[in-house]
Amino acid sequence: MADTIVKPPTEDGISRAEMLDLFRLMLRIRRLEESVYRKFHEAKIGGYLHRYDGQEALVAGVIPQLQLPHDKILCTYRDHAHAIACGTTAGEMMAELMGRATGCARGKGGSMHLTDPDKGFLGGDGIVGGPIPVSVGVGYALKYTGSKNICVCYFGDGAMNQGGVHESLNMVGLYKLPVLYILENNRYAMGTALDRSTGQTDFVLKAKAHGIAGEVVDGMNVLTMREAANRAIEHIRTTGEAYFLDVECYRFVGHGVGDDNTGGQKFYRTEEEVDEWRQRDPILQLVRDLKQRGYISDEQIEAIEAEIKIEVDEAIAFAEASPEPPLDSLYENVFSE
Amino acid sequence: MAKMRYLQALRLAMTEEMERDPNVFILGEEVGQYQGTYRVTEGLLDKFGGNRVVDTPISEIGIAGMATGAAMVGLRPIAEFMTWSFAMSAMDQLVNHAAKITYMSGGRIKCPVVFRGPAGVGTQLSAQHSHSLEAWFAHTPGFKVAMPATPEDAKGLLKTAIRDNNPVIFMEHAGLYGSSGEVSEDPDFTVPFGVAAVRREGTDISLIGYSRGVQQSLKAADILAKDGISAEVIDLRTLVPLDMDTVLASIRKTHRAVVMQEEWRNAGFAAEIAARIYEQAFDELDAPIQRVAGADVPMPYAKNLERAAIPTENDIVLAARRALS
Ligand SMILES: Cc1ncc(C[n+]2csc(CCOP(=O)(O)OP(=O)(O)O)c2C)c(N)n1
Ligand SMILES: [Mg+2]
Repeated sequence: MADTIVKPPTEDGISRAEMLDLFRLMLRIRRLEESVYRKFHEAKIGGYLHRYDGQEALVAGVIPQLQLPHDKILCTYRDHAHAIACGTTAGEMMAELMGRATGCARGKGGSMHLTDPDKGFLGGDGIVGGPIPVSVGVGYALKYTGSKNICVCYFGDGAMNQGGVHESLNMVGLYKLPVLYILENNRYAMGTALDRSTGQTDFVLKAKAHGIAGEVVDGMNVLTMREAANRAIEHIRTTGEAYFLDVECYRFVGHGVGDDNTGGQKFYRTEEEVDEWRQRDPILQLVRDLKQRGYISDEQIEAIEAEIKIEVDEAIAFAEASPEPPLDSLYENVFSE
Repeated sequence: MAKMRYLQALRLAMTEEMERDPNVFILGEEVGQYQGTYRVTEGLLDKFGGNRVVDTPISEIGIAGMATGAAMVGLRPIAEFMTWSFAMSAMDQLVNHAAKITYMSGGRIKCPVVFRGPAGVGTQLSAQHSHSLEAWFAHTPGFKVAMPATPEDAKGLLKTAIRDNNPVIFMEHAGLYGSSGEVSEDPDFTVPFGVAAVRREGTDISLIGYSRGVQQSLKAADILAKDGISAEVIDLRTLVPLDMDTVLASIRKTHRAVVMQEEWRNAGFAAEIAARIYEQAFDELDAPIQRVAGADVPMPYAKNLERAAIPTENDIVLAARRALS
């Protein structure tokens, strides 16, 4: 990977209110994610379940800067955070995870396929590399209609090795389409570390090879992330051309619900490594910064925590009280009316 | 004989064949250091080294092509798809390359490759992760297609697949990985392709299936037996080549049939079996053939909808009663 630019938090350009919003959003995502494994073990959630702990800055630093629902978001199966950042309520998210009729996909999609098109969120994709070809079409349509809107497409470091990604980046470079690529470079694809999967780990170089500008970003710091995103978004809106952010980050928990230190995780990374990265926890970094600036007190943090606890509890209660989808909805939605 | 699980039987087949033939090697995502996503290849990296157990990037086109190319020049690759749902981006390498090279070369190029991995439904993995698509592969001339229903067949059919000089689509059922049974430990034990097994003898109706459908048919036969209905259960084992002789012999005895598949009903493999029975034994039939299959919808996530979309032993029982009424 190219050298990471670890920038100090910006002193200007962000207000206390904006910083508090970032804190609240990241903490909501973290606490929601922390609740879902419990529900899985209670057999309320099934299927695959992938958490975003540690990577919150990649959505918090980007999605609030967009013009939703006119800008569009595509992402992977690791999609809970993206839905929440787009404005899907915690209740609709949790209900989808529990396969209820009130879920954002009416119980048809589940954890990997959260979606909320009214908010610009085109959904999570269970196929590694799957969203990138789709981003070409979304970008094309946004350009076609003459809008200044952009598509933001998230995907993982493992996805960079899918053939479709390279076809698509070439097309986006060729047609000059307004897409922001956010490479969630958490250095592992399931149990495969980056250097075990990839001959050339300079991903910006790969984007450039397709005519797309890009840079490496420290995704453990939400202010750095936000600043880079703002620059990238500005670039896309003014030039109409794509931009590629290779974002350094880390997932604090296993790949999915089965991947813990008793299972697969012991084969590919050490607890010491995880602990080291936890020192760079984006939420802790932001709290430290907020405190340094005198923007937040411990009491305020506790109050926000308490509010979020209520939100999470209510989301779970809402989901659990919601009905299953009606059986006759099985054959609905195969086609549109 | 030893009691072992389906996934251990698969591992044993690969271990024995790798010991027997240095040209056999494994490639796929997480097959080595991670010990296999479903632990099928556990321990094989340690035993055979990184040259013969190759961890790949998440590049299904590359995996399918690498296996095909290596087979064309004399190796015997076993390519694992983490699940068959992920093989779709590789369809061009599979269908346009692996399946056709022998024919296109007038028989001058062999392609002895096994594409294997788990398929099947049932754990709320939803729309993109619940595929088998065996009908796609059976539809394509040039592929042999094996779908074992028991641990013993998992071993015996996989060994035959590895020794076969053609591309073999080897579809395991993730829901059977934990099932256990007696398996031969003889390294010369194999199960030939194109020989169906009669898993239970009966006289009133033939329940025809493959993969997990056989286990469900056996349960259905138990239920039917309580009502005095004697069901014969046929395990096809391989869809290509297809053993119609065993199927037709059963039809001549029972004159009624239920064909079971887990995949989508429309244009599925059960339709092929039914059509062949109609063509070859129309006069033997006392009732229309019943199909039991998955609902024609992308797999829904919600537990109740998923349950409604997946065929069960109960559906087989109901179909059998329809055929007998
Ligand atoms: C085409 C395809 N192959 C394999 C898989 C199985 N799989 C799901 S996630 C994953 C790892 C992806 O890693 P990465 O792209 O780095 O994203 P991360 O999970 O780290 O966010 C794999 C191999 C899949 N879903 N799709
Ligand atoms: Mg990754």
